[in-house]
Amino acid sequence: MFIIKCPYCGERDHSEFSYGGEAHLIRPKQPTELSDDQWAEYLFMRKNIKGLQYERWNHSHGCRRWFNAARDTSNDKIHSVYKIGEKSSK
Amino acid sequence: MTNEYRLSSGGQINRSESISFKFNGKTLYGYKGDTLASALLANGIHLVGRSFKYHRPRGILTSGVEEPNALVQIIKDKGKTDPNLRATQIEIYEGLNTTSQNSWPSVNFDLGSINNLFSPIIPAGFYYKTFMWPANLWENVYEYFIRKAAGLGKSPTKKDPDIYDHCYYHCEVLIVGAGPAGLVAAKTAINSGKKVLLVDERPNFGGNLNFSNKDYNKINQLAPLEWIKKTCLELQKNKNIKILSRTSVAAYHNYNYLIMIQNLTDHLPDKDKKEKIRQRLWKVRAKKVILATGSIERPMIFDCNDRPGIMLSSAVRKYANTYSVKCGNNISIFTNNDDAYETAITLHNKGVKVKSIIDIREKSDGTLPKKCNELGIKIHWKSAVIYTEGYKKINKIHVMRLSKDNTNVVGNKLKIDCDLLCVSGGYTPAVHLFTQSGGKLDYNEKKHYFFPKKNTLSQISVGSCNGTFGLKNIILEAQEKTREFLDIKETEQFNVLESEGGVFENIWLIPSSKISGKTKSFVDYQNDSTANDIKLALREGFKSIEHVKRYTTTGMATDQGKISNMHALGIISEITNTKLGELGTTTFRPPYSPITFGALVGRNVGQFFDITRKTPMHDWQEKNNAKFEDVGQWKRAWYYPSGNENMYDAVQRESKAARTKAGILDASTLGKIDIQGSDASEFLNRVYTNAWSKLAIGKCRYGLMLNEDGMVYDDGVTTRLSENHYIMTTTTGGAATVMGKLEDFLQTEWPELKVYLTSVTDHFATVSVCGPHSKKILEKVTQNIDYSDSNFPHMSFKNGLVDKIKCRVMRISFTGELSYEINVQANYGQSVWEKCMAAGKEYGITPYGTEAMHLLRAEKGFIIVGQETDGTVTPVDLQMDWIVSKKKYDFIGKRSLYRSDTMREDRKQYVGLLTNDPKEILEEGAQIVAEVKNKPPMDMIGHVTSSYYSPNLNKSIALAVVKNGKKLKGKKLYVPMPNKTIEVIVSDTIFLDKEGKRLNA
Repeated sequence: MFIIKCPYCGERDHSEFSYGGEAHLIRPKQPTELSDDQWAEYLFMRKNIKGLQYERWNHSHGCRRWFNAARDTSNDKIHSVYKIGEKSSK
Repeated sequence: MTNEYRLSSGGQINRSESISFKFNGKTLYGYKGDTLASALLANGIHLVGRSFKYHRPRGILTSGVEEPNALVQIIKDKGKTDPNLRATQIEIYEGLNTTSQNSWPSVNFDLGSINNLFSPIIPAGFYYKTFMWPANLWENVYEYFIRKAAGLGKSPTKKDPDIYDHCYYHCEVLIVGAGPAGLVAAKTAINSGKKVLLVDERPNFGGNLNFSNKDYNKINQLAPLEWIKKTCLELQKNKNIKILSRTSVAAYHNYNYLIMIQNLTDHLPDKDKKEKIRQRLWKVRAKKVILATGSIERPMIFDCNDRPGIMLSSAVRKYANTYSVKCGNNISIFTNNDDAYETAITLHNKGVKVKSIIDIREKSDGTLPKKCNELGIKIHWKSAVIYTEGYKKINKIHVMRLSKDNTNVVGNKLKIDCDLLCVSGGYTPAVHLFTQSGGKLDYNEKKHYFFPKKNTLSQISVGSCNGTFGLKNIILEAQEKTREFLDIKETEQFNVLESEGGVFENIWLIPSSKISGKTKSFVDYQNDSTANDIKLALREGFKSIEHVKRYTTTGMATDQGKISNMHALGIISEITNTKLGELGTTTFRPPYSPITFGALVGRNVGQFFDITRKTPMHDWQEKNNAKFEDVGQWKRAWYYPSGNENMYDAVQRESKAARTKAGILDASTLGKIDIQGSDASEFLNRVYTNAWSKLAIGKCRYGLMLNEDGMVYDDGVTTRLSENHYIMTTTTGGAATVMGKLEDFLQTEWPELKVYLTSVTDHFATVSVCGPHSKKILEKVTQNIDYSDSNFPHMSFKNGLVDKIKCRVMRISFTGELSYEINVQANYGQSVWEKCMAAGKEYGITPYGTEAMHLLRAEKGFIIVGQETDGTVTPVDLQMDWIVSKKKYDFIGKRSLYRSDTMREDRKQYVGLLTNDPKEILEEGAQIVAEVKNKPPMDMIGHVTSSYYSPNLNKSIALAVVKNGKKLKGKKLYVPMPNKTIEVIVSDTIFLDKEGKRLNA
C-alpha cells in the first residue's frame, strides 16, 4: 500500500516495485578466503529491525532500476530513497 | 396490502409506489424507499432468522450495517444466490425474493433449536473439547456433520453472471461518512478549493440526524431533514466535490490508501440491472482523510436479551421517522442514557403507546426525561430488565430494582406486558477504520468508550467516531477540526438547538435474580456467545482478549463484533479487575463490512484472469490438434494426437519419429537474453559455473547458473555472436527471474562492468528440427549456409536466410540427435515452421510436443531444472562436476560449493533407475527405500524425478535423486507403492548413445 519515490521516476504505487531484502550487504571480494562461518554470515544472516531499516527495492514494473530505501518498519514510513552506491540522508 | 404496522403519514418512503417482494415464499408489500427490514416490520414480522449455535429465534435488532441477526439469502435464478445479507441494508425492489438462513425446515419451526435445550452442555470450546479423538473420525464423521450444522447462508452453485468493476481515484480530501459531522466537514472543505470526495454507505445522507426529532434538534433554525436537504443541494452544486452514496469503505491502509465498495444496481428491479455494472471497487489514494464514521448504539446484556421484538432504541426511532413503521403497539424501553427518551417521545407523538421506561440511573436532569414525565410515561428509575418472556416474540419483561452499587437486584419482581422492548446502552464510536489505518486508541473511563488517540497519517476523526456526542459539539468540532486540517479561513456560523442531556451510567452485565449459570445473556448474538461463555473462558485460564475472542467466538461472526465487542471487553475487565484501557481491544481487520468476491475480482475473470502467452506458431498447433500444457503463462504444445491416439501413444510415436526420421519442436518459449558490451565475457564468467573467455565467435556453450547458495538455478545454451555480443537462453519458466537476477548483480554488485542486457524472448521465434534427416530439411529451408560438419559442427551457429528473412541457426541438441534451431523474427515464426513441415514431408517430419521432448532428453540423461532439481541440488549432486570450473577465481555460488554441508558425501545424488520388469513404469515423485519394512515408516533415501517408457530402447527408464547415489550403481533399491513394491537397479543416467554418435549422424 506504500507510495514509493523511485529516485529515477518519482512517486509510484507500491505495486510497481519488488522488495530486495537488506541493503548495504557487500559481496566479499575474496569469498574463497572466508571460513564457512564468515561466508554463512554473509549468505544467510539478515537483520530484522523494528525501526529504521535500510533495504533494497527494485522498480520492477517501471524503470527496472535497483535503489535503496530507509524505511521505519514500525509504521512503514519511508524516510529516504537513494541510488545504489549513495548514502542515506537519514 | 396490509401494512398493519405502517403509520398513516410521514416518513421518507414513497407511498405512491408500492413494491411486492417475497420472504420465505410469502408475497409481501412495502414502499419504494423501504429496506427489507422496515418492510418486514411494517408487516409485523420480527422473526427473520435463527441463531448460529442454538437455533434460537432471532429478530431484527438494528437498522444498519451492524445487524447481527437479520441475515437473509437473496434468491435469484437457479444456482444464483447471495447469502448472509443484512435485511437492514437491502433496499427492496419489485421481484426481490429472500429467505431466512440457518433454519430447517423453516424459520418458524426449526429442528436445530433442539440445541437450545442442550445449551448447558454446549459451552464455549465445546467443539474443541468434544471432537478431539479418535483422530480418524474427524475426516469422515465429525467434520461432515459440523460443517453441515454450521454456516449461515448457502453459497451459489453457478458462475456469477454479474459484471463488476474496479476504479482508481485520487483526491486531496476524502470524507468518510455523510452524517452531520461529515456534511459539515464537506461544507467546510469545499471552501478550500481542494478536490474532495464524500462517501456514505447508506442511500440517504444525514446519518442519525436523518431521523432525529425535529422538536429537539435544529440547525440554523432548520429541522434536521430540511438542513440535510439544503446542505446536500449546496454540495452537489459545487464543482470541487464528488459524492458517492451506497459506498462503504472496506479497508483503510497505510499511506491513505482506501478500498471502497459501491453498490450500483443491487437496489434496482431485475429489468434495470441487466448489462449494468453491479458493484464497483474503488481504490482511493487521498492526500488527507477525514473520518466521520459515526457511532453504533449498544444493546444491554441481560438474561434472554435476544428475543425477537427486542430492538435498539435508535433503530426503532429510525423505523418510525424514516420508514413510518411502528415496531410494536405496546412498548417498553430499557436504557442507561437520555437518547432513548427521544425514541419514547417520538413514538408517543406518533400515537404509539409507550408503557414504561426502565432506567438504570437514579435520575436524569435532561430535557427529554422531563418531557416524558410530563407525557405521563412511567419511568422506573434505578431499575433493570432482568428477564424476558416470549418464544418467537417478546411478550413480557421482568423488572427489579438495582442495589446501590448496581451489582445485584433487590425488592419485588415487576412483570410488564409488552410487544417491543427498546434497549439503549449508549453509543460506541466507530473507530474501525481509524485502527485499520494504524491508529492507537485511548479509553474514556467516564464515558466508557474507546476513542482515537494517535495516528501518523494525514488524517482526522470528527464527530461521534471521535467520541464527541451531542449535535452541537459534533457540528462545532467537525467545522473547527476541518478548518485547521485544511487551513481554511472563512467559515459559516452554525446555530444549533439541541436537548440538554443528563449523565450516562454503565453496567456491562445486568445482574440477575437467578444464579449466574442459569442465565442466557447474549453478548454476540450471531455466534451465540453469552456472558457465561466469557466467564468460563476466563475460569479456564484464557486471559488475553484475543484468546477469549477465539475460544468463545465472540466478535467473530459476520458482523465482526460491531454490537458485541464492547460488552465482551467490559465483562472481561470487570471479572479480571483490569482497566479497560489496559485490556485493549481485539484487532479490527478489513473489510469493515462483508464484500463480494465478484467486486474484489472485478474484470479479472475468465480469459482475463491471467495473461496467456502464445507462441507465433500457436495457430498452426491448434489447427493440427495439439494439446497444450501451461508452462508459466505460456501455452506450450504438449503432444499432437493423431486420430484416436491417447497421450501415451502420441508421445511414443513422436519420440520414435524424432530419432528415426525427423522431429520438429516449437522452442520459442525459451527465455532469450541479448547480452552486449565490452565486459560481456567477464560477466558470463561470473554468472555461469564454467569458463567463457575462450569461447570462439560463432560457437555455442551450455551453461549452468547457480544461486549464491550453490544450488542449481537455471541452465541453457549461450552463443557468442560477435566479440562483445552474446545471446543467452534460459529455461521457459526462469526467463523473467534470471533476467532480474542478472540485472540485480550488474546494477548492485558489479556496476563497473560494461554490459547491457535486453530481454528478447518475445522477439524471436525458434523452430527446432532434429533427427537423422534434419540436415537435409534445413538445407532445403535456409539459404547461404554450408551445412558440412567441418563448416558447421555441433555447438556452433551460422547467420543465414529463409528466403529474404534473416535467421540465426544454432546446431545444438536437447534430444541427443543431430539437431538445428532456426531463430527468426517472431512474426515469421509460423511461416518458417510451415516451410520446415513442407520441406520435411518427404522425410516423415513429425511435430512433437513438450512431453516427447522430456522423454527424449531423459533417454540422454539431460536434466530439467525444476524437475531433477528443486533448489537443494548442487552441480556436484548432479554428477556435473565437469561443468564447474576449478580455475575461475569466483562465480555466483562458487564459495557455497565448499561449505561442509554441500560437500557431504551422502547428499542426494542424480542417478538412473531401471525396473526389473522393463514394462513397469515408475511414478514420478515416488519415494525410494533401501530396505522394505512391513509398514511405514521406512527410511526414504530419495525420489523419482522423471520416468518414461522409452520407445527407442523398448524399456522403461527413470531418473532419480538418491542419497549417496554415486556409490550405489548396480545396487538394488525399492519403490514401495500402495499395492506393490517395485524393485529397481541403480544405473547410469545416460540410457542411449553414451558416446554421442547420433549428434553427427
